[in-house]
Amino acid sequence: MLEIKNLHVSVGDREILKGLTLTVKDGEVAAIMGPNGTGKSTLSYVIAGREGYEVTEGEVLINGENILDLDPHERAARGLFLAFQYPVEIPGVATMQFLKAALNAQRRSRGEPELQTPDLMKRVREAAAKLEVSQEMLRRPLNSGFSGGEKKRMEILQMALLEPSVGILDETDSGLDIDALRVVSEGVNSLRSPERSFLVITHYQRLLDYIRPDSVHVMAQGVIQRSGGPELALELEKNGYRDYIAGEAA
Amino acid sequence: MIKLANEADAIYEAQYQTMRKAGAEQRRDRAYKSFVERGLPNRRVESWHYTDLKTALAKPAPLAAGDERALALDRTHDSIRLVTLDGKFRPDLSDLSGLPDGLRVQSLHEALADDNPEITAALWPENAGAEDAAVALNGALMQDCVVVSVSSGVKVTRPIEFVTLVGASVPEAIFTRAALIVGAGASVKAIETAGVLPRETSIATQINHLLALRLENASEVDVLSHIAGFGGGSVGVFSLMAYLASHARLNAHQLIEGGGLLRRQVFAALDGEHAHAAFNGVTLARGRQHADTTLFVDHRQPHGTSHEKFRTILDEQAVGVFQGKILVRPCAQKTDGVMQSKAILLSDGATMNNKPELEIFADDVKCGHGAACGRLDGDQLFYLMARGLPRGEAQSLLLEAFANESLVDIADERSHNFLTARIGAWLAERTPS
Repeated sequence: MLEIKNLHVSVGDREILKGLTLTVKDGEVAAIMGPNGTGKSTLSYVIAGREGYEVTEGEVLINGENILDLDPHERAARGLFLAFQYPVEIPGVATMQFLKAALNAQRRSRGEPELQTPDLMKRVREAAAKLEVSQEMLRRPLNSGFSGGEKKRMEILQMALLEPSVGILDETDSGLDIDALRVVSEGVNSLRSPERSFLVITHYQRLLDYIRPDSVHVMAQGVIQRSGGPELALELEKNGYRDYIAGEAA
Repeated sequence: MIKLANEADAIYEAQYQTMRKAGAEQRRDRAYKSFVERGLPNRRVESWHYTDLKTALAKPAPLAAGDERALALDRTHDSIRLVTLDGKFRPDLSDLSGLPDGLRVQSLHEALADDNPEITAALWPENAGAEDAAVALNGALMQDCVVVSVSSGVKVTRPIEFVTLVGASVPEAIFTRAALIVGAGASVKAIETAGVLPRETSIATQINHLLALRLENASEVDVLSHIAGFGGGSVGVFSLMAYLASHARLNAHQLIEGGGLLRRQVFAALDGEHAHAAFNGVTLARGRQHADTTLFVDHRQPHGTSHEKFRTILDEQAVGVFQGKILVRPCAQKTDGVMQSKAILLSDGATMNNKPELEIFADDVKCGHGAACGRLDGDQLFYLMARGLPRGEAQSLLLEAFANESLVDIADERSHNFLTARIGAWLAERTPS
């Protein structure tokens, strides 16, 4: 379960999140939709623990524990996974080496035994096949020279291997063609479970045709403006975000 | 009569008089004259601008006495092994078993007795680097050497390892040379190891070592150098002088782990058409270590290629230096020279001095250089940490990848793994910042 309570976040002198509150229950898929520049990516980065953001008020809890004082790797070990909008290219680090390091780091911090290479290979191969990630991609340095679609599939592959309890998908649909969108969505859907919460951040309703949300939240001006069911996404698609940003100009 | 200016000069004069008695007077006299004319280099000497050897060697240590004690040495490589300990070639600590036909090993004494002008010339090379003051001092005071000659056409499969060790328990000065003469069409893998016996790691050694390579026509040499383990008060100058005849190919990789003040200087003369030299390396330094890599590549004939790729990682208050100069002489048309140096500074207190330089006198060449220095990429670090890697582990992964950029071309997998493991061990000792 992910709970965000009255979260205020500033970058420099500018307040970006202004008291955002949202709960995503176990097994729930919540979608956040909102116009550009409303702080959606800030929200995902703050939850994951990126430097450069100042939390001035509020808390973020994963399964009841406030994670805001934890380092990013500790948050990951608590079960948080952020699928990046722009996965970072890391030339020189082999994808398999990275997957092994990430999996075992999390297992270590949870007191679980480390995975040996053959076991890891088996898991990676199985997950890769579902996501149409080729062996050739696995042999390349992490995300290096990957197309937009390949990078997003690699993100979901990592999520499948790391088995988080809270998954945040930050505009996972951006840069995807229809086929890649389907593969990625199926990957996410196959990870849905009663113990796992998802927060899906997107501009467009299209992704939500593939990943059916339980709840939809409109984010604008640094807060959740309105919450509803899947029908809210359809309404937004029709009317846009006008009603939510009108006040901003004033 | 040459007038001596200070205490250090007086000590070197006395040491020179001592070493003259060991033979090769004329060579030593010439080298010493050259040294005295220049003196120990300070910051006013351009090629030593970032490393003040004069101050570092203000109090020269006594010449290493060397002893004959038996030792059990760890071995990393399966090699033909030539060990020099405290300035003395030690056949008893070396592995000279199964030397292939066409390969000959000689000590200084044997080389001088042989009176072979080719060997003498290879041992006191006069190409690029001969005028360097540290090289000249080494030429004058050399206590011992190992000369390996490989006959034309011989392919030596087992690596030839030159090991230079310090084992003395008091501060001493060591001046040694090794020469590798590779005949036409021959091929050799060489390993150059310099270090300190484990129990003597805190001794302030002054070591000045030169490896001279002579590559005859169409010969091929791979060199892997590893310099590590010197204590905080040590002063080390490790020179590599390479002479390449036409179509010769030299591939050199080095790993320098800082210790006191260390200078690695490479002088390469590409003196035949289509000669190729590649120098790649990684330098790691922390604490108050000072690690200098200075290169001079002299393109003297057409169609030569020289490629250099260096990576430096500096932590705490360490100082790094990279100076690289490619000289293309007027007749060296069609030269292809690329030089690149990148450094990562892990702390605010670390300093990197990067100075790539091109001097081109031919008009039809392709030459370039690049230098960069910065911190670890924050986006990459966050990405790895967001996947569960603790900061230190994430940093190490990125730093290993950075260092590996200059080691990727090592053909021999074991050598590559050895260096990677050493880098990993160095990184594991650091506190994440």
